[in-house]
Amino acid sequence: MKRHLLSAADLTRDEAELVLSTAEEMRSLADRPIKKLPALRGRTIVNLFFEDSTRTRISFEAAGKRLSADVINFAAKGSSLSKGESLKDTALTLEAMGADAVVVRHGASGAPHRLASSNWIRSSVVNAGDGTHEHPTQALLDAFTMWRHLGSLDGRRVAIVGDVLHSRVARSNALLLHTLGAQVTLVSPPTLLPVGVETWPVETSYDLDAVIPKADVVMMLRVQQERMHAAFFPTAREYSRRYGLDGRRMASLQDHTIVMHPGPMVRGMEITADVADSDRSVIVEQVTNGVAVRMAVLYLLLGGSQPAETEQPAETDTEGADA
Amino acid sequence: MLGSPSIHSASFNEPSREAEKEVRRPVTAPEPAAGDTAPQSTHPEGRVVLDARDISRALTRIAHEILERNKGAQDLLLLGIPSRGVPLAHRIAEKIAAVEGGSVPVGSLDVTMYRDDLRLKPARTLLPTEIPADGVDDKVVVLVDDVLFSGRTIRAALDALNDLGRPQAVRLAVLVDRGHRELPIRADFVGKNLPTSLVERVRVTLADTDGTDAVVIEETGADR
Repeated sequence: MKRHLLSAADLTRDEAELVLSTAEEMRSLADRPIKKLPALRGRTIVNLFFEDSTRTRISFEAAGKRLSADVINFAAKGSSLSKGESLKDTALTLEAMGADAVVVRHGASGAPHRLASSNWIRSSVVNAGDGTHEHPTQALLDAFTMWRHLGSLDGRRVAIVGDVLHSRVARSNALLLHTLGAQVTLVSPPTLLPVGVETWPVETSYDLDAVIPKADVVMMLRVQQERMHAAFFPTAREYSRRYGLDGRRMASLQDHTIVMHPGPMVRGMEITADVADSDRSVIVEQVTNGVAVRMAVLYLLLGGSQPAETEQPAETDTEGADA
Repeated sequence: MLGSPSIHSASFNEPSREAEKEVRRPVTAPEPAAGDTAPQSTHPEGRVVLDARDISRALTRIAHEILERNKGAQDLLLLGIPSRGVPLAHRIAEKIAAVEGGSVPVGSLDVTMYRDDLRLKPARTLLPTEIPADGVDDKVVVLVDDVLFSGRTIRAALDALNDLGRPQAVRLAVLVDRGHRELPIRADFVGKNLPTSLVERVRVTLADTDGTDAVVIEETGADR
């Protein structure tokens, strides 16, 4: 693996599968009386959150702590950032404190990349969401959730529905799921598809009812009103009728199809309460899996002298010499 | 039989966590002498010290010794240390079941994250940990591994076990004890004591994972 996790596209198929299988081992920890592993003892992880987040920050915090790392939470509010400190000076401060990994969420697309490539810091940078660009650990936890329910993702059909334009989750998922062999269809009103989507490894559709009966996974996205500075659809009610997942549409799904949502949900907008609370919904499980997947990522980046290697597939072949 | 020409280079290149112990160990003064005298028959593939039937007999004896020591199969839990310890634990459990009837719970215990040399190599792949639903509390846990060498894996296993619960007792069964302990650890049940030189490498292959049952001693220091 590379030293940083900035984009879902950074991961090869082998690396992505290594994260998933490592996450599977990490997940079993949740059932144990002592939810702690010693792998990152003495390492320092800084959660650098310039944008609001509950689930991702708590998830990274729990992941770091369960691996015995020292976790420092740094939120933009209440820090010197509100006094006008730049990203660079913040980074230099973190470097001086000896951070081994910086988990960064930023409103500007590309901020984690800047942090990683600037030589301001030597630590690993993990992108926890940058603007409307990428959110690779969310894609990994989504893929992990699908993998647990459906087995191999080869040839599986995944429909990602809603505000693709403002969604970093959609982009990361499209890239990662393509790497893992799934077929992704983005379903969205024309106004909410990003420019250049034709270069993504996906199909697109404007018609939800035509796509979902064939889908193995339906992933609903939140309409990100806070990032919308123009009128993208006439009314919320119209959006909801054309692109919302309700009981009627759920009835047209295949029996094994799961319904996902990266959260936070707006019930009644993109998903109705009866769907969100149904047996098909794995939304709560996604949160549980998020901790396991982030543990896997942190372990594989920081657990050894350098990030895990996947070049040698014959790894266990000649193993077995002593105790 | 098992020897492929790649074995020697494999012990240097592949990232098996056991394999590097011989490599990282500096060959200190006493060893060159041992290296001169020790190898009786130096086949490039190494020398087979236990074949499939020897291994089967050793495991049968270990199974009987475990039962004798424990006065039966009650509260027993066999935990194999991946990768080779797991099939060995299953085989011992089968042999115990054949003697006592009933079945003995078997699990696996990965110690990767508890190793003291975790920081010395790139992050390693985790292997499965499967603990039976009853847990380890108040069980007589028998750790099973293929080769006992420095004792560091067992120390890691004891730490891992500590995070899983409080067994009534912990015992250790190994197929081969090759000596050279670096920690105050010993095995309760040993298939074969195998005096070795530090430049040698003990390889256990099992039908479940490698196609054949055998214990082989290879020279790794010879070409250095």
